[in-house]
Amino acid sequence: MTQRKTPTKMVPAPSHGIIPERDLNVSPVLEARHLGIEFGGLHAVEDFNLIIGKTEIAGLIGPNGAGKTTVFNLLTKVYQPTMGTILLNGHDTAGMNTVQANRLGIARTFQNIRLFGNMSVEDNVRIGLHNQIRYGMFSGIFRLPGYWQGEKRQHERAMELLSLFDMQDLASHQAGSLPYGAQRRLEIVRALATHPSLLLLDEPAAGMNPHETEELMENIIKIRDQFGIAILLIEHDMNLVMGICEGICVLNYGKVIAKGTAAEIQQNPVVIEAYLGKRKEG
Amino acid sequence: MKKNQRSFAGNLITYGMVIVAFILCQIALSGAIDGFKMSRSLKGQLVPICVYIVMAVSLNLTVGISGELSLGHAGFMSVGAFSGILASQWIAAAFPTVNLEIPRLLAALATGGIVAGIAGVIIGIPVLRLRGDYLAIVTLAFGEIIRNLLNCVYVSLDGVAVHFGFLNSVLPGKMLINGPMGATGVEKLAFFEAGFLLVLFTLFVVLNLIGSRSGRAIMAIRDNRIAAESVGINVTKYRMMAFVTSAVLAGMAGALYGLNYSTVQAAKFKFDTSILILVFVVLGGIGNIRGSIIAAALLTVLPEVLRDFGEYRMLIYAIVLILVMLATNNPTFKAAVARLIPHRRHSDAEKEADRA
Repeated sequence: MTQRKTPTKMVPAPSHGIIPERDLNVSPVLEARHLGIEFGGLHAVEDFNLIIGKTEIAGLIGPNGAGKTTVFNLLTKVYQPTMGTILLNGHDTAGMNTVQANRLGIARTFQNIRLFGNMSVEDNVRIGLHNQIRYGMFSGIFRLPGYWQGEKRQHERAMELLSLFDMQDLASHQAGSLPYGAQRRLEIVRALATHPSLLLLDEPAAGMNPHETEELMENIIKIRDQFGIAILLIEHDMNLVMGICEGICVLNYGKVIAKGTAAEIQQNPVVIEAYLGKRKEG
Repeated sequence: MKKNQRSFAGNLITYGMVIVAFILCQIALSGAIDGFKMSRSLKGQLVPICVYIVMAVSLNLTVGISGELSLGHAGFMSVGAFSGILASQWIAAAFPTVNLEIPRLLAALATGGIVAGIAGVIIGIPVLRLRGDYLAIVTLAFGEIIRNLLNCVYVSLDGVAVHFGFLNSVLPGKMLINGPMGATGVEKLAFFEAGFLLVLFTLFVVLNLIGSRSGRAIMAIRDNRIAAESVGINVTKYRMMAFVTSAVLAGMAGALYGLNYSTVQAAKFKFDTSILILVFVVLGGIGNIRGSIIAAALLTVLPEVLRDFGEYRMLIYAIVLILVMLATNNPTFKAAVARLIPHRRHSDAEKEADRA
């Protein structure tokens, strides 16, 4: 295990090459430097360095309890890091809260789905559009022109976003009553509605069957190409991670143990040890 | 837009119900139909019914829509009542020659709303840092603090000059608010039609707020605070918005209430009143505006109707409360109601399908 003093980019060169102008060195979407957090003496995450370039799909993997979701919570400022800095589109996020981080362009989904279950599918997306299409409280109460315009634009935009996953027909359904896979997709749509430049997906394929996972992989690439955003995902499904991630970062006990492309990670003995344990000597 | 149409229709039913009830009351008041008349005691309850409906609907905004259990709602009512009385009396003193009953009432309502709103901001800043039970306890404390402070306030009117005294009853001019004795010699400006319009105004504000961007943000915070934050909703701002709007409406209701009696004491707005309003909200269904209206109206009328039972009145009142609670939580009863309303049956069927 090596302690890195300077952050290194995850992929030396964009592997998909779909969008040629992306340049990891000039303006990365996310740059985490020596990030760390302590919970009462326990180092949940330590010296975490990561650079994600524009329109890069990156994966964060590791055994259970490695600190993957903690990294997400640090990046979205649910937790305030006790060490290190996070640069989002070149802005330091020190002292920001979740709301400010979101406005700076970071959106996420949750491992245990957190939809607004009692509201309709469309309303869930409209809540995601909260800061994108705005009008004031008084326009809303007294139904001023701003209200009608805003509602119309929110409706159109919400339908547009839902059409991404062919979910327009479900718009008036109660979000909590959707099947599991659809709830996960709705969470992604809601996150996309906030117009992020970096999307964090926390186990997007959890509980999906192989066919749905396949579809999800296509969708993730589609989202990246259509919105031109970077995606960082936590996932245990290795087919998905190895299939679409251009760069992979492996975390164990809160520390980065390996970084690289899918092929490099698969060959890395440290990673194999972390997942499968050490081969018995002798 | 199916869902929006449905909620729009639901709002229309709510408005319609209130308007029909108002027309029925007017017919009963006019005595045009024999045998359909209103008793004297019930007539006296008309303005309080309107006031309690506004209180229940506004508390439902805090408890049902925003999801914060507030036990000090009567505090805002008392602030509104006393500031409303002051405003109306001051206008009467400033313009003694003209008859300004309606403008005075409107000014009282506006003042009551604004002052209660300011109180809402001041109380909201510390209170909204808390959640759940802690928030409930602190709102209860603030309700009591307001009442006890008002017990110590003395206000007099000397010409157009207003004098304030705290624990100091020696003030020049005519006393308006006399500490624990409350406001005395209040001119009765409140009338039923004004109460009806205030109910409509409250419904307009609350229902439109719920159906707007801000209302969705408030409900999103209630449903899942972490998710709401993750999509960039300013939690403090929207909790405050709900809390203050609720306080403003309660202040307006309080002003109307204050101007309905010749004397008003702070003791009228004690903890019991807050709980009574909470009972309306819980009984009508948390988050259900129409239910709050029905519950507030019925439970205000009920003690009057039960007058025949003499000293067993409150006993029967309590039994009715328990029976209603049991009935509305009974699955068989709910299913029977669902069968009566077509679209409910549809959504219930959906739920059943999901469970299967």
